[in-house]
Amino acid sequence: MRNDRGRLIAALISRLRDFQLAEEALQEAAISALSHWGRAGLPASPQGWLLKVALRKAIDRLRGGARESRKAAELAHLVGEEADAGEPEMIPDQRLRLIFTCCHPALDPKSRVALTLRTLGGLATGEIARAFLDAEPTMGQRLSRAKAKISAAGIPFKVPDPEDLPDRLNSVLTVVYLIFNAGYTVGPSLDRDLCVEAIFLARMLALLQPGEAEVEGCLALLLITHARRDARLRNDETVALTDQDRTLWDKAMLAEGLGLLDTAMARRAPGPFQIKAAIAACQSQSPPDWPQIVALYAGLTRHEPTPVVRLNHAVALAEAGNPPAALAIFSALEAELADYQPYHAARAEYLSRSGQTTAALDAYDRAIALAASESDKAFLIRRRNRIPS
Amino acid sequence: MQYMLLIYTDASREPAYGTKEFDAMMGGYFALNEKLKADGVLKSGEGLKGVETATSVRQREGKIETMDGPFAETKEYLGGYYVIDVPDLDAALKYAAQVPAVSHGTVEVRALQNYNPMDN
Repeated sequence: MRNDRGRLIAALISRLRDFQLAEEALQEAAISALSHWGRAGLPASPQGWLLKVALRKAIDRLRGGARESRKAAELAHLVGEEADAGEPEMIPDQRLRLIFTCCHPALDPKSRVALTLRTLGGLATGEIARAFLDAEPTMGQRLSRAKAKISAAGIPFKVPDPEDLPDRLNSVLTVVYLIFNAGYTVGPSLDRDLCVEAIFLARMLALLQPGEAEVEGCLALLLITHARRDARLRNDETVALTDQDRTLWDKAMLAEGLGLLDTAMARRAPGPFQIKAAIAACQSQSPPDWPQIVALYAGLTRHEPTPVVRLNHAVALAEAGNPPAALAIFSALEAELADYQPYHAARAEYLSRSGQTTAALDAYDRAIALAASESDKAFLIRRRNRIPS
Repeated sequence: MQYMLLIYTDASREPAYGTKEFDAMMGGYFALNEKLKADGVLKSGEGLKGVETATSVRQREGKIETMDGPFAETKEYLGGYYVIDVPDLDAALKYAAQVPAVSHGTVEVRALQNYNPMDN
């Protein structure tokens, strides 16, 4: 169903070049289908029927507005044959072009995420707003502004030229990863699990843009991480990776992720998503291969020299047996990550291991105050209470 | 679709007249001008004299006020522009990335308002 709606909206946008009009026309066609199909039975190709009716509804809407009359005439000519012809058996899949448009770097990053969830995931504005803790009208305005910019600024509906493809693909994969992370942080309490949405999008990309190592790397990363989902919480408390009950991991999903990572790396076109997937794979080993993880984070830092990547590099260094090097990096990151919970949690852990009890307790207090979920808070409180006072 | 590439630069970060870097920058502009013409996309383009020569005018309560200086005091000022006619934003961004000022300033890309009723 999600595939069908995505394909329909992509087909409509590719013909109408108007996101809002495409959504409204599809909505109207779906309402017509309810009454028509109830009377006349299901058409031979429900998708083809919906596309045809939605195109007619769009032309009607354009004819209604005087300013757009010329556009309506052009469109009627353009889609006329299609709207009057028989119902197509298969709608050509235009979703790849659609996701490149939604994730265009000329749009604000948060709008890219929202627009992708709206058009390709079919989420309602309210669902997206709740996932990002925004008021529904605010999210509605964000979506309208993004759709208006696409048409006013001439953001194209196409797969980018080969020389732009690596950067633009990275922009798309970053959106998919942000959606996954939002689902990971909020947990599966939402009406729509954003982790599942992200995996759906990554699978779609792997299907429509085959042979791309970074797409496979991204899907591998999501699958390896998601395979551990059932082990992440115990009695509503977050469980550290090394303490997880591995029998709860989804072995089929983990194996699929590891297999995809092998396929990706065999293409010899390295990139940040493959490195992140490789890190996730190393963390899945028992015990985790920390020296290898240190080397991978060093590589990732060259692609993404962000404070969060440097923090993770420091944690890996500490786990690999070099806590003084880790604490030195922590000090250097203090200003940039002052409001980042995992920074204070990691610092607390290594301060406590090196016997700096008072500083460790302070760092735990800061982490607990910043915790995003109750389960993270419970985990941090228990860690704090283990420190002998 | 027509786009204006607005070239904002910070005079203190721009190569100084007479240096090799200045010549390289000017060479970059000449090369871009030729490319835009050869590709058939150039509508117009000009460089502006320095911001110290700017005069601003506005009407308040029916009275024209004339002031020395630019519209807003910022670090980067509008130093020139191109108007190009290309199929879409991706094409405009590609030309924008070739403006020499991207290395020390910022190029803002804006679609031109289309007042031709025949295009609506």
